[in-house]
Amino acid sequence: MSDRRTISVTINGETFEREVETRLTLSDFIRHECLLTGTHVGCEHGVCGACTILLNGQTARSCLMLAVQADGQEIRTVEGIAPNDQELHPLQQAFQDNHGLQCGYCTPGMLTTLLEFLEENPDPTEREVREAISGNLCRCTGYQGIVAAALDAAKRLQAGA
Amino acid sequence: MKAPKFSYIRADSLDHALELLDKHGEDARILAGGQSLMPTLNMRLSQPEVLVDINRLNDLKGISLDGDTVVIGALTRHIDVMNSDIVAEHLPLIAEAMPHVAHVAIRNRGTIGGSIALSDPAAEMPACALALGATLIVQSSSGKREIPAEEFFHGLYETARAENELLVEIRYPSQKKDNVSVFMELARRHGDYAIAGVCAYGKVSGNMVEDMRLVYFASEDRPIIGENAVAALNGKAWCDETKDAVTSALENDLDPMANLHGSATMKMHLQKVLTGRVMDTAVTRAGGAS
Repeated sequence: MSDRRTISVTINGETFEREVETRLTLSDFIRHECLLTGTHVGCEHGVCGACTILLNGQTARSCLMLAVQADGQEIRTVEGIAPNDQELHPLQQAFQDNHGLQCGYCTPGMLTTLLEFLEENPDPTEREVREAISGNLCRCTGYQGIVAAALDAAKRLQAGA
Repeated sequence: MKAPKFSYIRADSLDHALELLDKHGEDARILAGGQSLMPTLNMRLSQPEVLVDINRLNDLKGISLDGDTVVIGALTRHIDVMNSDIVAEHLPLIAEAMPHVAHVAIRNRGTIGGSIALSDPAAEMPACALALGATLIVQSSSGKREIPAEEFFHGLYETARAENELLVEIRYPSQKKDNVSVFMELARRHGDYAIAGVCAYGKVSGNMVEDMRLVYFASEDRPIIGENAVAALNGKAWCDETKDAVTSALENDLDPMANLHGSATMKMHLQKVLTGRVMDTAVTRAGGAS
């Protein structure tokens, strides 16, 4: 017999109520139950960072949480970063302009990680950016572009772009 | 991979959690931050029948001062320890170690008690607890027990905590103002598990090492005090000759375990290199010339 619970999770402002198995990870809940496939799943043990989401405003690995633990909590995924369907967030625009993504697999985790980081450190050095994304693997090895995008995004955000 | 089937129970009070541990014993696992447990579930290295989620036990969270003791609730997340003014002022060793504990997203969830209770040999918090002479408070339905850090770490993921006990609190003596502490580790990627690591805490006056404790982690099955190294160090002026004596004495303290990150020989070498660096820094911090 599987152990099931009904949970209610708010993702990007929309509330999702589902009955799930307690062993379901939050990442699989987001992707398979809520059909928000922007959050990627790489290693499923916390190393690659692709599944990083914002849980009540703080980054968390969605593969290292159970969906039941997110009951009643607020989540923001990569789909919730842009202000609307037409515009990109300045961080996303900086990624596009600086070749901050190649295959795109690590991008959702990079964006959520950097969103939290740039809020806490609006004017970072290159070294600080590299440390901030040290928990996110880009297997295209496109770190130069990602770091350039993060530094550019910091300038844009400070200028109020 | 996906986690195996288990029964999930969210504990709504400490008593409830302890009752569940009494009832399920070794079939239960405690889910705190989950940053080490969830990977083992996802990889099916662990197949508990019952998962006891303690995340909502808010009484187990928080950092406070009790005279000369810093009291940290076991469920306090790494990020809150890292940002704590009390820790920065009274436990600079832990403040220095915290940025090495994984990455931001992991620190946002992982807990200090979880790290100590799991006792991963490469983890930073068990080593710091030992270096600072912390006391671990564990609780079961029959009461509380105080365990000195020196008696807590038994081996690879093995501690003095019984299966029906929960680590509830860590009590650290505030670092003395005339003491110095240094934390260093080597990892392949910033935030990854250490290949070698050393914590130093004690008294240095000028170049004179009066009373130091050196704790080594990541090379053994648990954090250990380098007793022979410390014996060769205390009462000596820090210089090349002392360094040679200390690093050769260290060979009698350590028996490194080889793993993916390095051979036993390499780990021994790195622990010696770190010993030199840690003590150079300790002397500099104490105002002496290294």
